[in-house]
Amino acid sequence: MKSNLEPKIVAFCCNWCSYAGADAAGTSRLQMKPYFRIIRAMCSSRIDPEMILDTFKKGAWGVLVAGCHPGDCHYVTGNYRTQNRILLLKNLLEELGIAPQRVRLEWISANEGGKFQKVVNEFIDEMAELGPLNLSTERKVKEAS
Amino acid sequence: MKIGVYVCHCGGNISEVVDIKKVTSFAEKQGDVAIVRDNAHMCSDVGRNLVLEDIKEHNLDRIVVAACSPQFHGKTFMDIVEKAGLSPYVFEMANIREQCSWPHFDEPDLATRKARDLVNVSIAKVKLDESLERKTMPIGKRVLVIGAGIAGIQAALDLGDAGFEVHLVEKEPTIGGKMAQLSRTFPTEDCAACILSPKMADVPSNPNITLYTNSQVEKISGFLGNFEVTIHKKPTYVNENCVACGICEEKCPVKVPNEFEQGLTKRRAIYVPFEFAVPYRYLIDEDICIYLKDGKCGNCQKVCPHDAVDFTQKPEKIEIKVDTIIVATGYDIFDATEKKVYGFGTNKNVITSLEMERMIVHEAEGRATREIGKRIAFIQCVGSRDEQIGNEYCSRICCMYATKLSQLLKRGDPKKDVYVFYTDLRAFGKGFEEYYKRAQRTGVKFVRGRVAEVNEDSKTGKVILKVEDTLARQIIESEFDLVVLSVGMTPGAGTKQAADVLRMTRSPGGFLQEAHPKFKPVDTLNDGVFICGCAQGPKDIPDTVAQASAAAARAIRLMNKGVYAVEPITAVVDEDLCSGCATCVSVCPYDAVKTELKDDKRVAKVNEILCQGCGSCSAACPSGASQQHWFMNNQLRAMVGAALGEEEE
Repeated sequence: MKSNLEPKIVAFCCNWCSYAGADAAGTSRLQMKPYFRIIRAMCSSRIDPEMILDTFKKGAWGVLVAGCHPGDCHYVTGNYRTQNRILLLKNLLEELGIAPQRVRLEWISANEGGKFQKVVNEFIDEMAELGPLNLSTERKVKEAS
Repeated sequence: MKIGVYVCHCGGNISEVVDIKKVTSFAEKQGDVAIVRDNAHMCSDVGRNLVLEDIKEHNLDRIVVAACSPQFHGKTFMDIVEKAGLSPYVFEMANIREQCSWPHFDEPDLATRKARDLVNVSIAKVKLDESLERKTMPIGKRVLVIGAGIAGIQAALDLGDAGFEVHLVEKEPTIGGKMAQLSRTFPTEDCAACILSPKMADVPSNPNITLYTNSQVEKISGFLGNFEVTIHKKPTYVNENCVACGICEEKCPVKVPNEFEQGLTKRRAIYVPFEFAVPYRYLIDEDICIYLKDGKCGNCQKVCPHDAVDFTQKPEKIEIKVDTIIVATGYDIFDATEKKVYGFGTNKNVITSLEMERMIVHEAEGRATREIGKRIAFIQCVGSRDEQIGNEYCSRICCMYATKLSQLLKRGDPKKDVYVFYTDLRAFGKGFEEYYKRAQRTGVKFVRGRVAEVNEDSKTGKVILKVEDTLARQIIESEFDLVVLSVGMTPGAGTKQAADVLRMTRSPGGFLQEAHPKFKPVDTLNDGVFICGCAQGPKDIPDTVAQASAAAARAIRLMNKGVYAVEPITAVVDEDLCSGCATCVSVCPYDAVKTELKDDKRVAKVNEILCQGCGSCSAACPSGASQQHWFMNNQLRAMVGAALGEEEE
C-alpha cells in the first residue's frame, strides 16, 4: 500500500440487483475490506456523472457504480444509460488528468454475493495502490508515464 | 427537527461485532438528534413500540433505524412510522448487519466505524426527507397464471373458485405438467393420474378460468394492476369439432418417439398427448406432418368424420390485461447425458427415473414396454449436489422417488434384487422416514456410496457398477440388468423464459428468487408477481400445492380490496428550472414524461401513475430541474458527504 491512509470508496448500488448482491455477500459472511460505503439508489441510472465528480471532490479515492446485468434491469433500459454515461465520464476524467480506473462500473446480480466481494476487494486494492485523489500529483504521475 | 435513532443488536448478530455503545454515543452527538436508543430486537413488538411511543411522546419527526438490510425490515418500520401519524418516508434505515457485522466480523473496530458512518449517512438523508404520502390506485381482479402443471392448476382453481378472472397459459398442448407422467406418489402411493386427472378436469369447467394451451407468454409490459400481456398461441390444426375418435391417427403415416412416454412408445404426427389430457383433443405436430411440410398426404383430413382437421390455422397473438401474475413454470429433469461417466445415451441399459416411472405404469396396465430385468440399481444425486456439473443444490425429491420406485419393483417381484446407491438418504417430510423403513423391510438394499464407474459388459450388455460402500468400507463391483439414474431438477426452459419476459431475479442454481426466504416465500421483488412450485426451487407435490395456494392467497390479498398503495418515489420537475429540452422524455422507459405548454413555456410533466421511480430522467436532466422524490440531488450528495466523513455544514 502506497499510503498509510485508509482508502475511501463509495459504491452506488441499485436497489434490485447489486444492493441485494451486497446483502447476499453479507448474509454468506463473505469477508470484505471495510473501506467502502454503499449508497443505495433505485437504479444505477439515477447516478449522474456530476454526482460522481462531486463524490471525488468530497474525498473519495474511487467510485464503484453497480447495476443489474444487461437485459436484467428492473427498469428495462436503465443500466444501458448508466453504461453510456460512465463511458463518457471516463473520457472526461482522462481529460481532467484523473485516472479513469477510479470509476468502476460492474454488473452484479442479487445472487452474486461472491462477485460483489471479489469486485470490492479488488477495487479497494487498486485504489490503495493509487492513493488518495490529488489532482496535482495525479497529473504528474500521468505525465511521467 | 427531532430525530430518533434506534440501534438494533439483532440478538447478537450485530452486537457481537459492532460496539453498539460507540454507535449510540456517536449518534447522540449529531445535531437535531433528540433520542438514541438500542434494543436487542428492534423488529420485535417491543422494539417497534419503542419507536411508536417515542414519536408520540417526544414529538419526533424523523426516524433512523440501524439494523438489517432495508430489503428485510424497511417496510416493517415504515409501517410503524406511518402508524404513529408521520409520513412513512421520513424514515431511513442504516444497514449495519449485512454491511458491517457480517462482512467485516474479522475487524470489529473498523466494522464499528463503518456502522457509525452508515448511521451518519442515514441521519444526513433523513434530515432532507420530505413528508411524502402513499397514494392509492384502483386494482381489478384479473390474474395471469403461467404454467399449468400441478402448481399452476392449483393456483388457478383457488383463484377461480374465489371469483377472480384467471388466464391460465400452458406451453404444452395439454395441462398436467410433470405430475401426469408419474406412476405413484410417495409416501402414500396414490396413483398420480387418479389424483391429478379430476383436478385437470376442473379447469375447463371452472367458469372463471380461460385456458390457453399450446401457448406461450411472449411479452409482458406494465406493472401491478396494469399488466399488458401478449400470448402467442400455436396452431393445433384441429378445431373444436374433434371428438377424439382416433380414426385420423390410424391413417397417419408418420411415427416418432412419444415424449410423454419418454420415447418408450411411438406416436403419430396427429395425436393426443395422453389418455387424460385436457383439452382432450387431437393436434398435429407441425414439425413432422408431411402435409404441412410439402402439401402431400392429408390423410387425417380425408378420414375425419367431423370436419375437425383444419390446415389453414395460423398462429394467433392474443392480448390481455391483468392485475397480478403467478409464475408456475416448473422444472426440467436434469439432462443425464451431461454426466458422461454414467453412460446415459450410450448404454441402453442406463435409463432415467422418469423412464422407470413410465415403465412401471405400462407394466401395471399390462402393456410392458421393455424388460426390467432381475438386478436393478438406482444411482442417486444425478445432476444434484454435484459441483462438477455446477448444481450445488439438493433436488429434494430423488431420495423419496427412488425409495418409492425401488420398493414398487421389489414388491411386484420379490425375486428382484434392487439396490439404491445414495450419498445421504434424506427422508425429511411427513411420513417419509416411515416410508423409507418400509422400503428396507421390503428388501430394497440401500448402500451409501457414490458410484465411481459405470461400464458395459460388451457381450451380455449388462452394466457393471463400481462403488465404495462407505459404511461397510468395501469396494463393490457388481453386475446389473438395468441402472436407473435418479435425475434431479433444473430450472425449466419455461422458467428461464418467464424470468426473461418479467425481468425476474434468479437465485444461485437458476430458480426464481423469492422476496424473502422465510416470510415472503411466494412474493418476488416485482410488485404483483408471485411464484410457486418448482419454478422457485426443487420440491415435492405437497409443498408445490401448498405454495400454489399461498401464491393465490397473496394475489387475492392484493386485489381483493380494489385499491392498492403506490410508492410516491416518482420523478418530479421544478417547472421554474425546466427548459423544456425533453431529454427526460427520451430516457424514460415507461413513457411517463411528456412536455406541455404552461404559461407559454414548454415544461416537462411526469405522469405519477406510469412513473416507476428509476430516476434515470433526474440523472439526465441538464438543468437539475428533474429530481426523484426520496432520492433528491441534495439527499444523495449529503449521503456521499456523510459516508466520506464530511462535517456538517
